[in-house]
Amino acid sequence: MSKHTINLTVNGKRRTLDVQSNELLIDVLRDRLYLTGTKYGCGIAECGACTVLHGDRSVMSCLVPAVAADGWEITTSEGLAKDGELTPVQESFVNLGAIQCGFCTPGMVVTSTALLRENPDPDEAYVKDYLRGNFCRCTGYVAIVQAVLDAAGKMKGAAAT
Amino acid sequence: MNTKHIMKEYDYLKPSGLDEALQILSEKEKVKIYAGGTDLIVKLKMETVPDMDYMMDINGIEELKQVEYTDEGVRIGANRKLWDIETDQRMTSLFPALTDAVKAMAAISVRNLASIGGNFCNASPVADAVGPVMCYGGTLEIASARGVRKVPAKDFFLAPGVTVLEKDEMLTGIFIPTPKGDVGHAFTKMARTKSDIAKLSLCVALARDGGRIGHIAMSMGAVAARPLFLEEISAGLAGKEMSESLAMETGEAVSGFLQPIDDNRTTAVYRKDVTKTMVADALALAWARSGGA
Repeated sequence: MSKHTINLTVNGKRRTLDVQSNELLIDVLRDRLYLTGTKYGCGIAECGACTVLHGDRSVMSCLVPAVAADGWEITTSEGLAKDGELTPVQESFVNLGAIQCGFCTPGMVVTSTALLRENPDPDEAYVKDYLRGNFCRCTGYVAIVQAVLDAAGKMKGAAAT
Repeated sequence: MNTKHIMKEYDYLKPSGLDEALQILSEKEKVKIYAGGTDLIVKLKMETVPDMDYMMDINGIEELKQVEYTDEGVRIGANRKLWDIETDQRMTSLFPALTDAVKAMAAISVRNLASIGGNFCNASPVADAVGPVMCYGGTLEIASARGVRKVPAKDFFLAPGVTVLEKDEMLTGIFIPTPKGDVGHAFTKMARTKSDIAKLSLCVALARDGGRIGHIAMSMGAVAARPLFLEEISAGLAGKEMSESLAMETGEAVSGFLQPIDDNRTTAVYRKDVTKTMVADALALAWARSGGA
């Protein structure tokens, strides 16, 4: 089995790591960098709990071999808030109570962040479709969709002023 | 079995160019190609990949990610990501059934990784992107250190998970000719939820000749051991005057022709039954989109 040295930028910090060919990105993030906000749910890209950003795009970290992520710029849920200040998406999730047990929340917030970077003015159908791969087994989807739309409204308001 | 770790041990290779990749394929045994990993990694976790000593990552090969339009059609690099295809406006205007099929697949965070070539090479009988490419008359470009050959998309599949690819070959591109005339296309899919794998999928691509069907191609997924190109039934429709009863009759004919199986997604009876309506509806939709009354 081959070993490889990889360079990642995770939440703005450069990391150099030695990984085995069969190690997965999710395990490097959680077990080596202790970024446990990224959750292990199903392991086969069905649930979205492990979603992280690769650049501006959301990907499921349970499916990515760590060695294949060499050179990637990764943002996990821990890297969204800057200097303790929540992002509009995080703030809306809190304010609208779009959280029940909280397990799906990091994946939801990360995917919603990618959504709003791509489409700052989504309608409800767009949000539902974009989040269709993120499961909330408490089934709290109504508040989650509202939170994303609320964040979009706030960001649009901020951009206009 | 677990879905957390990959228990298999293998070496990882990342060629930086196509020639190097083809050399690896010709020299080494038991190489699996990693593009998006959305099938391969799941299979590795499930321990259903017996023969793999090397994982070859093709994401360092830029030419495999490119898309190129000419008057004749489009060439899509085999490792173009699904998200890049579905958000391509020109693709949507030329080949709406293909972008509809891609949008119907999995979740955004999977489509950001998954490649169109992977949907072909994984060779699932349910592969959503395959039907539209077959119906548009697409051709697959297959390369090895020995040279390049072209295979019609409809002839690519042999059995579940098995294609015409030899062990030293790889899929490098997909060519789809530009549809001509008054064309109408439809892709429809039945699934439990939107991101689920299809119980049934269907594609229709037709060219209208006044009130008659000019050329037509139909395909279905999840009804046979490979993506099913309905060649004879489609050919029998050419030249016929379009009507509601023709659409219904075609639905009956396709349903009668199918020999689906029961599996964990649905039953053979359901598949045959729903096919009647799906075909009639998709035919009517494609006809309406072609401008037909």
